[in-house]
Amino acid sequence: MPGKAFDEMFGHPGAAGTRDVYAPISDWLNGSPLDVMTTRRRQAELFFRRIGITFAVYGDPDAAERLIPFDIVPRVLSASEWATMEAGLIQRVEGLNAFLADIYGKQDILRAGIVPEELIVCNPGFNLAMIGKRPVGDIWVHIAGIDLVRTDADDFYVLEDNARTPSGVSYMLENREVMLKLVPELFAKLRIRPVETYPDQLLDMLHSIAPPAAGNAPTAVLLTPGQHNSAFYEHSFLADKLGIELVEGSDLFVRDARVFMRTTEGPRRVDVIYRRLDDAFLDPLVFRPDSMLGVPGLMSVFDAGNVSIANAVGTGVADDKAIYSYMPEIIRFYTGAEPVLKNVPTWRCRESEALGYVLDHLPELVVKEVDGSGGYGMLVGPHATKAMIATFADKLRANPDKFIAQPTLALSTCPTLCDGGIEARHVDLRPFVLTGTNGSRVVPGGLTRVALEQGSLVVNSSQGGGTKDTWVVDD
Amino acid sequence: MLSRTAGNLYWVGRYIERADFLSRLIEATLRLAALPSSYGGMTNAWESALEAAWMADAYAARGGAFDEASVGEFLTVDPANPSSIRRCLEAARANARAVRTALTLEAWEAINGAWLDVQKYGTRLEDRDQLGTMLETVKASMLAFDGAAHRTMLRGDAYWFIMLGSAVERADNTARLLDVKYHLLLPHGERVGGSLDYFQWTTILRTVSALTAYRWVYRDTVKPWLVADLLILNRQIPRSLVSCYEEILHRLDQLSTSSARRGPAHRLASAGCAALDQAKIDGIYSRGLHEFLREFIADNNRLGAAIAEQYLF
Repeated sequence: MPGKAFDEMFGHPGAAGTRDVYAPISDWLNGSPLDVMTTRRRQAELFFRRIGITFAVYGDPDAAERLIPFDIVPRVLSASEWATMEAGLIQRVEGLNAFLADIYGKQDILRAGIVPEELIVCNPGFNLAMIGKRPVGDIWVHIAGIDLVRTDADDFYVLEDNARTPSGVSYMLENREVMLKLVPELFAKLRIRPVETYPDQLLDMLHSIAPPAAGNAPTAVLLTPGQHNSAFYEHSFLADKLGIELVEGSDLFVRDARVFMRTTEGPRRVDVIYRRLDDAFLDPLVFRPDSMLGVPGLMSVFDAGNVSIANAVGTGVADDKAIYSYMPEIIRFYTGAEPVLKNVPTWRCRESEALGYVLDHLPELVVKEVDGSGGYGMLVGPHATKAMIATFADKLRANPDKFIAQPTLALSTCPTLCDGGIEARHVDLRPFVLTGTNGSRVVPGGLTRVALEQGSLVVNSSQGGGTKDTWVVDD
Repeated sequence: MLSRTAGNLYWVGRYIERADFLSRLIEATLRLAALPSSYGGMTNAWESALEAAWMADAYAARGGAFDEASVGEFLTVDPANPSSIRRCLEAARANARAVRTALTLEAWEAINGAWLDVQKYGTRLEDRDQLGTMLETVKASMLAFDGAAHRTMLRGDAYWFIMLGSAVERADNTARLLDVKYHLLLPHGERVGGSLDYFQWTTILRTVSALTAYRWVYRDTVKPWLVADLLILNRQIPRSLVSCYEEILHRLDQLSTSSARRGPAHRLASAGCAALDQAKIDGIYSRGLHEFLREFIADNNRLGAAIAEQYLF
């Protein structure tokens, strides 16, 4: 079964046996014939309908689109692997926060010549309204989703930082609930660290960043664009788990430099807004004037220091793919330490030398748009036809600033239940890092995404990817 | 609770109640229309059902025969009729979905299930069997929702707003039903034992599921003034006007304990309750049943508006 890539269960290609941490999974797989596994998969689907995410959509004509496939073979990480990862994630988010505080503040890093100024000031994610502003505790990225991939036993790379409104945490929580029901025997045997503390930690973080004026019992709300947003189920799921109101822009209003929500008991002050709405829509008086989803005057309340917004406005500049390539330098600059997690070597096509190299090596590279996401608009060299490469080369020459290129990484594979039995499929991992005034925390695990097509490296759910439960197992 | 959420829940209560009332009205009409004319079987039974549902004008605008197939379809699955059962359930579900987290999984599933069931029928009904099974399904779903809400929901704002909406709607439905038939309930001109009106009265009782209850309460044959007494002033009947108003006041009381606010809605409900409390059926008849019901419906509408105003829907 092992292919050319590092396998989470079998290790190096050609290595004999199973990695220690996977021994119980291997026994479980060997003891379960295919029909038993298929039955379990069906049960999992039923559980999802009963307890989960799909409640909000099943019965809709577009339900099929929104039911992300779930694989019942878990992805397992050892405690020591996790310890390294956790330290690296916290360091990374520390770097992101320091970077944002700096570029909206003194801009030391630009003066030091580490990041070119035009990459910041010309960046669509750089929000002029935030210059000179300081969110509570100078924390900008309160919730980060850092996408990691593995290429070898000890080689973890950050593929992407999501510093705006990362989604997918509801899958992490629901996948675990389903696995608990499906394979209680494995949970009894292994010491799997729980992820169910995430909502409590999130609420705790939101309370920690409340403005001083809020007093001892701050009120947090979750701001959603509404039920037509594709992630609405996650918004309602989280609001429910947190026990906070799920509000739309029209439920909030601004008066006397405060934000209030309209309730049956009259106006009630809001201190912290966990927003799942893009910057541009937040306040029609400051950003897009045609936004019907936001709250007129919200930014003036923020400026007056009377409301906290998570994540802060303007964090998009940090999760840009062009900035990504500077992350190792950014982390060194602010933390004075070597980055724990590696960055994928990146050619910035805006630099002519790099562009030349990229054009010469397109068949072996992955080329991405700097502000793209979701796996759209990218070229995967090894899987592309000659014609596709030629077309892409033209696009690249015409607009080199818009692209970066990276080597094709041999993403690790993980055993996955496919129609023909258990097969190896490529996976990545998105852990969620929470940062409040009381420090950073990472729930042990995250969302493992799996490319269900054989050989495919694209794990995005919009491109046919599925998800797995992620287990951090104590030694 | 968010005002938008409260508003949505209140309308969930109202739409569910309306769908339930419509199913019962259609069932009672099917029975009445099937009687031989010498027993009061009416050629205009469906016309009168439309009036009781307050949809006679809408139906006239659409045009169509006053028969079971055409009116039945209009009241149940017609997507162009904003008050059809289908549209009521659609509206209930849309309101519920917008506030999904305020409902328990069971309560949501009951609403979503009812909506899915009705979707299956499409926009046309093939035959009377289909009409019959659909009405059964709708009634069962509505009972399932009540049961789910009763058994699983926190006794708090969310539950109270649903119950408030359903009580306001129920009062409206009962009053309208009585008003459409008020001329049949007038004591003068009554032919004792006359079979024609007898079946009309029992139809009213069936529509509000109170025929058996009537016998237990009065131990008497069906008499029109007693039908009116039962549906207006009897506290044992959950759909009587007095029961509805007692519930409305009770729910408003509960809501005001959590918000410590009493407003115009409270005053209107208290006044309505007190008036029904002191009323006697003789007095209502001497003032005029029709006038009484008209006034009640108008007051009830004012109450609905006051609730929306008070809680900022």
